[in-house]
Amino acid sequence: MMGLVLDGGIALLTIGIAAWTIRAGDDFAAVVGFVAYGLVLTLAWTRLGAYDVALTEAAIGGGATGVILMRAGARVKPAPAARASRRARIIVGALSAAVAAGLSAIVLLPPQPAPSLALEVREHLASTGLGNPIGGVLMAYRAADTFLETVVVLLALFGVWSLGRDAHWGGRPGPALRPAEGGALPLFARVLVPAGIVIGIYIVWVGADAPGGKFQGATLLAAMAILAGMAGLVQAPATAGRRLRWLLAAGPIVFVGIGLAGIPLAGAFLAYPPGFEKPLILVIEVALTVSLAAMLALIVAGPTERAP
Amino acid sequence: MSVLLGLFSTVAIIAGIVFFVAGTVGLLRFPDALTRLHALTKADNLGLGLIVLGLLPYAGSVGAALKLVVIWALVQFAGATVAQMIGALAVREHPTSAGRQRR
Amino acid sequence: MSLAPLDAATLYGLMGAILVGLGLYGVVLLGGFLRRLLAFNLLGGGVFILFGVVARRGAGAGFGGDPVPQALVITGIVVAFCATALAITLIERLTEEDGDDPSGGGS
Repeated sequence: MMGLVLDGGIALLTIGIAAWTIRAGDDFAAVVGFVAYGLVLTLAWTRLGAYDVALTEAAIGGGATGVILMRAGARVKPAPAARASRRARIIVGALSAAVAAGLSAIVLLPPQPAPSLALEVREHLASTGLGNPIGGVLMAYRAADTFLETVVVLLALFGVWSLGRDAHWGGRPGPALRPAEGGALPLFARVLVPAGIVIGIYIVWVGADAPGGKFQGATLLAAMAILAGMAGLVQAPATAGRRLRWLLAAGPIVFVGIGLAGIPLAGAFLAYPPGFEKPLILVIEVALTVSLAAMLALIVAGPTERAP
Repeated sequence: MSVLLGLFSTVAIIAGIVFFVAGTVGLLRFPDALTRLHALTKADNLGLGLIVLGLLPYAGSVGAALKLVVIWALVQFAGATVAQMIGALAVREHPTSAGRQRR
Repeated sequence: MSLAPLDAATLYGLMGAILVGLGLYGVVLLGGFLRRLLAFNLLGGGVFILFGVVARRGAGAGFGGDPVPQALVITGIVVAFCATALAITLIERLTEEDGDDPSGGGS
């Protein structure tokens, strides 16, 4: 009963923050509302028992998205207060309410028994050598999804880069580095970055058996790079650098290499030869973590703004 | 032993919640950025600190308890840094209204 | 077909449905690209939560939830981040290029 009251409270709070974000007067307030929305949504995920998703939502959905939204909120001039006509608002409101009502009906009248692949995952999890079922699904049964996902992240980075000015192609993203002055942020970055790197690696490592994983850990590592950049301790690398390009490509290359090797050795693309599942998954995870951290940090850093 | 521990936890967590409520009221009611920050940082360090203290007996293992303490320490550190930065910005942007508290 | 029991999954399912409705309203009606993008992400959060409800109801075999939809949501959150980042960069570039009508909204 207490649990239901808590769940109801979290649900109402989430809806309230979402409505406030939609109605907020200026763009920056809406961005702040959205970050808060990500945090309460994280609470909802933990209440649903999905701790892996909660970590992802907190790190990427709230954190990383929040940082780029803040950047946009500062750069994009506020929208003119274009109020739709009363009739349009009523029609759109009614249609949106109808969509919500339809989804509610699906929620309230679920198929019996609930469809689930949990049993199949349980049966095959032992063969991956992993204890975390979600890690097992991501790396074994839906490995193709995970592979394509890293490619999507890479493509998004190319998209972001290609939006820079032609003259800046291959240069460094972000404004010119201001040397670190005294103050709280450089000190904060100097102390937190080493600790954050350890925690990021820990989250990747523990992801084999407990909630965690490469996406969550890589986001934390990327956050440390961004923090060091904001504090003026490091500057973003030139995007034309050969070493940077290899760093970005390493994860997908290792993944697709092991996947192709699976065709002769295990009979299918992205299949692992029996007995080698755990070490191969580990190799892929490490390579992907490094590449994903670099990709995410550079996506947040934005397009190149300085000539090479 | 366990009854005492339970009582200790309950008292610590309730005290922590009181600090969070007080901090939130301060955030909503105080007149300018610096006083609001003051309210917020108290909620962060004392409120969260007391709640972590109350949860320690239920952590289950020394490792888990240490993680809770690390979370508290990191939030403290981040909170102090952000408060300093927002405070500096507030003083720079509105020297008269925000600086009133300082002089 | 029988009515779902009143539990956490049902509550969050209804929340997800309402979030989708709210987000849809914002995407269609709000002026300004940034606000529409935010509304679209609100909508996405609701869709992900509906997946979480499916996962929760599929709990079994010793798992607190069906791992397959949870893994899909993790993939989804990362892809949503990428799309959002690309869209934000586009909006920023549009603002730079077109100083007169930075929002693109109002039409």
